[in-house]
Amino acid sequence: MVILKDVKMTYPGTRKEVLRDIDLTIEDGEFVFLVGPSGSGKTTIIKLLTGEIRATGGQLSVNGFDLRRIRRRNLPRLRRTLGVIFQDFRLIADKTVYENVAFAMRVVGATNREIRKRVPYVLELVGLTGCEDRLPRELSGGEQQRVAVARALVNSPHMIIADEPTGNLDPAKSLEIMMLLRKINELGTTVLVVTHEKELVNALSKRVVALSDGCLISDGMDGYYGYEIQ
Amino acid sequence: MRFNRFFYLVKEGLRGVFSHGFRSFASVMIIIACLLIMGSFSLVSLNVDSAIRDLEEESEILAFVDETLTQEEARSLETYVRNTPNVRDTVFVTREEAMESYKGQYEDDSIFEDIDASVFRNRYVIYLNDITLTEMTKEDLKAIPGIADVVAYERIAEGFVTVRNVVSAVTVVLIVILLVVSLAIMANTIKLATFTRREEIAVMKMVGAGNGFIRLPFVVEGLVLGLLGGGIAFLLEWGIYDVLCQKVMEFPLAGNLFTPVAFSAIMGPMLAIYLGVGFAVGAFGGALAIRNYLKV
Ligand SMILES: Nc1ncnc2c1ncn2[C@@H]1O[C@H](COP(=O)(O)OP(=O)(O)OP(=O)(O)O)[C@@H](O)[C@H]1O
Ligand SMILES: [Mg+2]
Repeated sequence: MVILKDVKMTYPGTRKEVLRDIDLTIEDGEFVFLVGPSGSGKTTIIKLLTGEIRATGGQLSVNGFDLRRIRRRNLPRLRRTLGVIFQDFRLIADKTVYENVAFAMRVVGATNREIRKRVPYVLELVGLTGCEDRLPRELSGGEQQRVAVARALVNSPHMIIADEPTGNLDPAKSLEIMMLLRKINELGTTVLVVTHEKELVNALSKRVVALSDGCLISDGMDGYYGYEIQ
Repeated sequence: MRFNRFFYLVKEGLRGVFSHGFRSFASVMIIIACLLIMGSFSLVSLNVDSAIRDLEEESEILAFVDETLTQEEARSLETYVRNTPNVRDTVFVTREEAMESYKGQYEDDSIFEDIDASVFRNRYVIYLNDITLTEMTKEDLKAIPGIADVVAYERIAEGFVTVRNVVSAVTVVLIVILLVVSLAIMANTIKLATFTRREEIAVMKMVGAGNGFIRLPFVVEGLVLGLLGGGIAFLLEWGIYDVLCQKVMEFPLAGNLFTPVAFSAIMGPMLAIYLGVGFAVGAFGGALAIRNYLKV
């Protein structure tokens, strides 16, 4: 569960307030789109949620962690409750598909036995059975992003956070990834997706939160892109 | 559970060593060079020290007894001499004994044939604990009533002590400088490794890796490089030292003046120090290199 109250953000060394009094609550099990024009502060919100940066004002809690007060050494614990997916996949180039996913389990101290059991299951879920021994560069963009989804999923996080996961993919692959995220949501995981893709948002009919210039301008369950791109 | 994670991280560290082959090679060479210089100076220092100790064991000072004292009176001074600070041992030598040993040295020379014992004085031959305090002990001995004069070869002692002090100072300074240098180079080698793997590090953090998990492969990488450098440097030092000792002993008379410390006598501690320094420089360098990445 995510709760933001009056959250403000100004990057250190700058004067511009890039987030202003953001109020947002995401319940467990929800599927939420976060939309808005470039520079409106979407990635900034994601970075606040993962503890990569600290808010300059307001209250912020993610899966029970108070992010205004969390100690640095507790950040790994917060992050293990999250699965994060990026536009540029961020796979480790010299590790195989299997290792890229298994790696996230090693980080949390899983046994080899647990890894051997869980990784094939997750790879099957994202439709990559048979690609275990390939390197990321031997995969298409869509496949690489599915590896990233598998990695985000493998430790059974409470919540998946995806920052423009389809930004580098063609429309067909984008839809595939979105459907995959919806499937994951249906299996019980909270999902927050940042995206620019109006058609995809409209196709899924989920909650849509819209940002503009650091302010939250609409938050609706109507399932439609909350504003028009100029 | 912890176990297989540990092995995984060690494996990752070894992967780092081999995937940056040239860089690893270069930093091992630097560690070897630093250790060789440090080691060589320490060995010179050690040898000067041992020479001084030999000198201390052999060098004696002579305290001559006032000629007006009888043999018995002279002999009775022994407790005073013995109880003087810094005196390790003393032997009373009568004027007759002194004459005999003097004659013995010039056996072939007939000039001394009929020399009279009265020319010689009763004396104490004194061995010191610490020859650097010769001057002080001399004064103390002179203060004993009945001791007429004290003679010491303090020039030699002073010369040796100066050499030792200079060598020790240079050794300490060099060790400090070279430790810093090798640490910096090790940290830099691994920093480059962390730079090429910064995306991997970012991913590790994003999936919730703790600092220990991120640090360990780099520390292992440093350790392997450090221990490798330490081991090779030890073997090289061994070879170089033995060859040098042989060469030194080939000089005429060298054997009479000086016995080098045998490498076998210091092998254990040397190996421990070399590996220890390699270990510390490697582990600390690795930890230092990764430090900046652990902040976010
Ligand atoms: N590290 C930073 N330091 C200073 N300012 C930053 C930093 N990162 C982002 N900003 C500023 O914060 C504002 C919001 O940026 P953010 O990356 O959150 O936008 P975004 O909504 O994700 O945009 P996009 O859709 O292009 O990804 C922008 O004005 C940007 O210039
Ligand atoms: Mg962004």
